Amino acid sequence: MANISIRQVEKSYGKTEIVHGLDLEIASGEFVVILGPSGCGKSTLLRMIAGLETITGGEIAIDGEVVNDLEPRERGCAMVFQNYALYPHMSVADNIGYALKVSGVGKEARRAQVEEMAKAVGLDAYLDRRPGQLSGGQRQRVAMARAMIRKPKVFLFDEPLSNLDAQLRVQMRAEIRKLHRQLGTTSVFVTHDQAEAMTLADRLVVMRAGKVEQVGTPAEVYGRPASRFVAGFIGSPPMNLIEGAIDTDGAFTPTLQHGSALPLGRTDLAGKTVLLGLRPEALRLTAPVAGTPLATVDFVEELGASRVLHLDWAGQVLSVLQTEPTTLAPGDIAGVEVPPEAAHLFATDTGERLRGSANRAKREAEAVP
Amino acid sequence: MVERTRLFNIVCQVLLFLGLVVSVFPFFIVAIAATHNLRDVNLVPMPLWPGHDFLANFSTAWTRANFGVKLVNSVIFALGVAFGKVAISAITAYSIVYFGYRGRTLIFWLVFITLMLPLEVRIVPTYAVAANVLSPYQAILDVTGISWLIAHFTGVQVALNFGLLDSYAGLILPLVATATGTFLYRQFFLTLPDELVEAAKMDGAGPLRFFWDMIIPLSRTNIAALFTIMFVWAWNEYLWPLLVTTDPLKRVAVVGLLDVVPDKDSLPEWNVAMAGTLIVMLPPLIIVALTQRLFVRGLVATEK
Repeated sequence: MANISIRQVEKSYGKTEIVHGLDLEIASGEFVVILGPSGCGKSTLLRMIAGLETITGGEIAIDGEVVNDLEPRERGCAMVFQNYALYPHMSVADNIGYALKVSGVGKEARRAQVEEMAKAVGLDAYLDRRPGQLSGGQRQRVAMARAMIRKPKVFLFDEPLSNLDAQLRVQMRAEIRKLHRQLGTTSVFVTHDQAEAMTLADRLVVMRAGKVEQVGTPAEVYGRPASRFVAGFIGSPPMNLIEGAIDTDGAFTPTLQHGSALPLGRTDLAGKTVLLGLRPEALRLTAPVAGTPLATVDFVEELGASRVLHLDWAGQVLSVLQTEPTTLAPGDIAGVEVPPEAAHLFATDTGERLRGSANRAKREAEAVP
Repeated sequence: MVERTRLFNIVCQVLLFLGLVVSVFPFFIVAIAATHNLRDVNLVPMPLWPGHDFLANFSTAWTRANFGVKLVNSVIFALGVAFGKVAISAITAYSIVYFGYRGRTLIFWLVFITLMLPLEVRIVPTYAVAANVLSPYQAILDVTGISWLIAHFTGVQVALNFGLLDSYAGLILPLVATATGTFLYRQFFLTLPDELVEAAKMDGAGPLRFFWDMIIPLSRTNIAALFTIMFVWAWNEYLWPLLVTTDPLKRVAVVGLLDVVPDKDSLPEWNVAMAGTLIVMLPPLIIVALTQRLFVRGLVATEK
C-alpha cells in the first residue's frame, strides 16, 4: 500500500498540452476515480503514474519516492487495460502468472499462486484455456487476476469496464469494490461513466481539458458541484441550468421568463447575471397557482421506478424527476416549486460556483420561524 | 459476392480445372520423360505414358552430377539463407517498430530501398566484396593515403584480404542482406495492439523478454511463411551460386543440373536431365508440404 503524490504534473506532445500543472494527493488505501469526458487527459494521467508515458513537467511520487525516471516495473503498479491486453498465445494460467515468471518465481510456487488467484476471481476451471476462448467478463477477470498476483502497491484501472455489457458492468463494479475492501490497495480508476465513478469512488476527481475541476466524495461532488461543468457533467438527467438575474431582493428572475421571480435571498449578488442550477429531482410540480413559476409539459419519459418530465418554462427547457406517478400529459400546465436550498448558483463568465448559495438560503429559511 | 447460379459454378469449375491442367502439364512431362529410355524420349511426339527406365535414369543423373554432395550443399545454403533471413528481419523490424531512437525512419527507408536493388542488379560489386570482404576498407585506406603513410614509414604494404569465394558464408550472406523480410515483419508488428507491449512492461518484461515471450510466438506463422518463401527462393537461386563457387564440391544442386543437361555435341539424354530435374525439385516441395499447415493457419487465424 502506498500514497501517490502528483505535483504540478504537465504533459505535452510537441506543442499540444494535454495536462496542465495538475496537483493531486491520493492517500494510502484510497479508491480514487478520475472522471471526465474523452480527451480530458485522464488516461494520460493514469499512464504517467504507470510509467507508460513520460512526464513532461512536475513530479509523481509513489510511497514517497519520486518515480519520474523509473521504469514501469520498478514502480510497483499493476494496470488493468480497457481491452484487457491479454497475451493471446498464452493460456489463462500463463497470462496470470507471467509477471511471476518474469521476476523468476519457480514453477511450483507460481502454479500455487496462480491457482489461488484464479480461485479468487472464479476462473479456476478455465486455467488451460486461451483468452480467445473466454467471454468478455472472463477476460476481464483474467486481467484483474494478472494485476493482483503481483501484490502491487497501486492498482491502475483504465476504463476496464467499458467493453462489457450493461449487466456485467454492474456485476464487475460490485466485484471490484469488494476486492478493494478485501485488499485495501490504493487504486486509481479512470472512467467516463458517471454511474461507475459514483459507485466506486472513495474520492472523485472530475477533470476537464487537462485540469482538475473538483475533488471530493461522490456525495460532495454531486451535492455541491464546484463549477457549471461539474454540475452539468454529473447527474442523470443532467442539472437544469438557467440563466437569469438576481434582483435587489435577492430573488432570481430567468432571462426568458416574464414575472414570477424565485426568492433566493441572495441580496449579496443583487444586480448580477448568474446561472441557476437545479437538480431535476429537487424540483416539485404543483397545481398551477398564479404568481408562481408556471411551465408547460412537453413530454414525459417513463423510467418505471421514476419518470422525467420535460417542461417548457417560458422558453427554457426544464426537466423534473419524480418518483410518484403523474397524471400530467403533454400540453398541461403545472406550477414549479423550487426549494431555495436546492438552488446552485454559478457565475456566467467563469462557470465557477458562487459560494454559500445553498447554505445561506437554508440558514435564512431556518431563521424565519 | 455469392453467386447461386448453377451454370456459373460449372463454368468456374471448368476454368479452374483448365488452369490446373496448364500449370501441372510441364511437371507431368518432366516426370514422364524421366521414365523413358534414350530412344523413346526423343520420339516426336514423346509418348505420354510412363516408360520403364526411371531407376536407371535416376542413378545415372545422381552419379553424373554428384548430387549426393550438391544436395547437401543446397540444403545448407537454403537453410542458411532462410534462417539468416528470418533472424535478421525479425530483429531489424523489432528495432524499427518498438524503439523510439533518432533516425529510425531513415534506417527503415534505407533498408526498404534495398528492395529496389535485387542481387542481379548489384551482382558485380557484390562479387567484388565477396572476393575480398575487406576491399572497401582497403579502398578507404588507399584513398585517404593511410596505406601510403604506413608503407612510407614502416615499409609494410597494407593489403587486406579476406575472401569468401567457394565458401558457404560467401553463398549465404549476400542473399540474407535484403529487405523483404524486414518489411513483412514490420507490417505484422504494426498490427499488434500497443496494449500488449504496455501490459508486458507492467508485468516487468524487458525488451528481450518481450521479444522472446510475445513477438516470436505471435509471429510463428509469419516465420513459417517467410522461412518457406526464402528456402524455396534460395534453393532455386542459380546466378549467384554459379558465380561465387568454382569448386565442383562446393556447387549447389541447381547449378549441378548443368552436368546432366545435354549440350550440343553430346547425346540428347533428356531422360537423364529430367530425372536430375526431379531430384532437384523435390526438397522445396517437401518443405512447402511440411510448412503448409502453419502457413494456411496464418492466413486463416483471426485471433490477435
